[in-house]
Amino acid sequence: MRYAGLLVMPAGFFLSVAAILLFPGPVQRTAFVLCGLAVEAMGLVVAVRGHMQLRSENR
Amino acid sequence: MTPLSPMPFPETSFALTLVLLLVAPLAIAGVALVNAGLGRSRSAAQSMLGALVVISVAVIAFAVVGFAVSAETARDFVVHVASKPWDWAGEGHFLLSGLASTPPREQLALLFEFLSVALVVLIPWGSGADRLRLPAGAAIATVLGAFVFPLVAHWTWGGGWLAQLGTNFSLGGGFIDGGGAGPVHALGGLAALAVVWIAGPRKGKFPREGLSTAMPGHNVVYVLFGCLVALVGWLGWNLAGSMLWLNKAPSGLVITAVNTMLSATAALAATFAVTRIRFGKPDASLCANGWLAGLVTSSACAGVVPALDALFTGLVAGVMTPLLVELFELALSIDDPSGAISVHGAAGLWGLVAAGIFGPKPGQFVAQLVGVSSLLGLMLPVLYFIFSLMSRVIAFRVDTDGERLGMDLHELGGNAYPEFVVHRDESYR
Repeated sequence: MRYAGLLVMPAGFFLSVAAILLFPGPVQRTAFVLCGLAVEAMGLVVAVRGHMQLRSENR
Repeated sequence: MTPLSPMPFPETSFALTLVLLLVAPLAIAGVALVNAGLGRSRSAAQSMLGALVVISVAVIAFAVVGFAVSAETARDFVVHVASKPWDWAGEGHFLLSGLASTPPREQLALLFEFLSVALVVLIPWGSGADRLRLPAGAAIATVLGAFVFPLVAHWTWGGGWLAQLGTNFSLGGGFIDGGGAGPVHALGGLAALAVVWIAGPRKGKFPREGLSTAMPGHNVVYVLFGCLVALVGWLGWNLAGSMLWLNKAPSGLVITAVNTMLSATAALAATFAVTRIRFGKPDASLCANGWLAGLVTSSACAGVVPALDALFTGLVAGVMTPLLVELFELALSIDDPSGAISVHGAAGLWGLVAAGIFGPKPGQFVAQLVGVSSLLGLMLPVLYFIFSLMSRVIAFRVDTDGERLGMDLHELGGNAYPEFVVHRDESYR
């Protein structure tokens, strides 16, 4: 689970980079970069939960 | 950000930047004191010696390999996408060869990056206090100093793709970060998160039943004195960074200094109020964290925002930091003795975003967000996977017996305070 979360995070980064390449308009750019950050945040949440699960198993 | 070479840099600016950079190591000393004070007394000597060791290893690694990656040269590793150049890494000389013949401004940039790499490696070292072994700290410092920090430093300060966002995509002035909130603090904070995840919590920190065990720092005077020392260093750091990376004239530096002070003081006031409201009395170590978080935020903002906005960004950092420290410990089971993930990681990322919100140029916000995205989305997973592989070769964590004895006795053979009586730790029953 933690690896899955960490693997999702670069997808958010590539979404942010793609946004500045694909969209010339500032509103679309900002929206898609924010979406990229949201994907990263989701990946981070999954990674955190994975570590919490691992920690509770090791207790 | 404008590339280094074409900008004029008069002798007075050179001399002033050099003097400021000679003050900047006080920030490193302050952070080292805070780390030692927030750890246990039986690991204090290992913490301070470890600080010197990781700094030494990182600086050497940066000198041998890192500067070649971070330097801006005519033959950088550039990929063209959509007819735009994306400069990913420098291809300078290894072992600092040809340093004497480089322009004075680039020599100052090298000194700035030497100090930066020293601070970067100190951040995860503080988070791994009381259980991270010295060899593991040295290995982490090698990776950060040789590859990871130089890459981010090149993107930000060496004319890399983040710095070129302004010229290539009309995103403000490109990713701006005069004091190193991104390449130094956010990167260090994210490295700290990876280290803490891999090393695990201190023994007895999260018992099977009940809340986490409080393990307060052993010397709050070190911590608070470290904050005062760090302020002096941070002033030098932010002012030198403003001259080097934001091309500020000496006459514009007073505002940067004022903003640094405002950010730190506002953050302290906010943390003081938050802890007073939450716990009935102000918490000294959390207030120290708040002060440092304000300074970290100022690293990104001090050179680019007006005074009132610097005050506001500090206030936000000061409110955010104690809440995050509590969240990480109580809700997420992350044992971070120095609070570095909140102080350097979260406050660094907030500072970068704030510089975009309150920055003067249109499009700056998106440039800053892309920078944040690259740190969080790319560097955190990369760091985690590298450290995870390293931990299979070098044990990050000391064994249970060593942790019970304390890192001083276990790794150094002597205590920091030999006249102290060592009490049995109840958590080992």
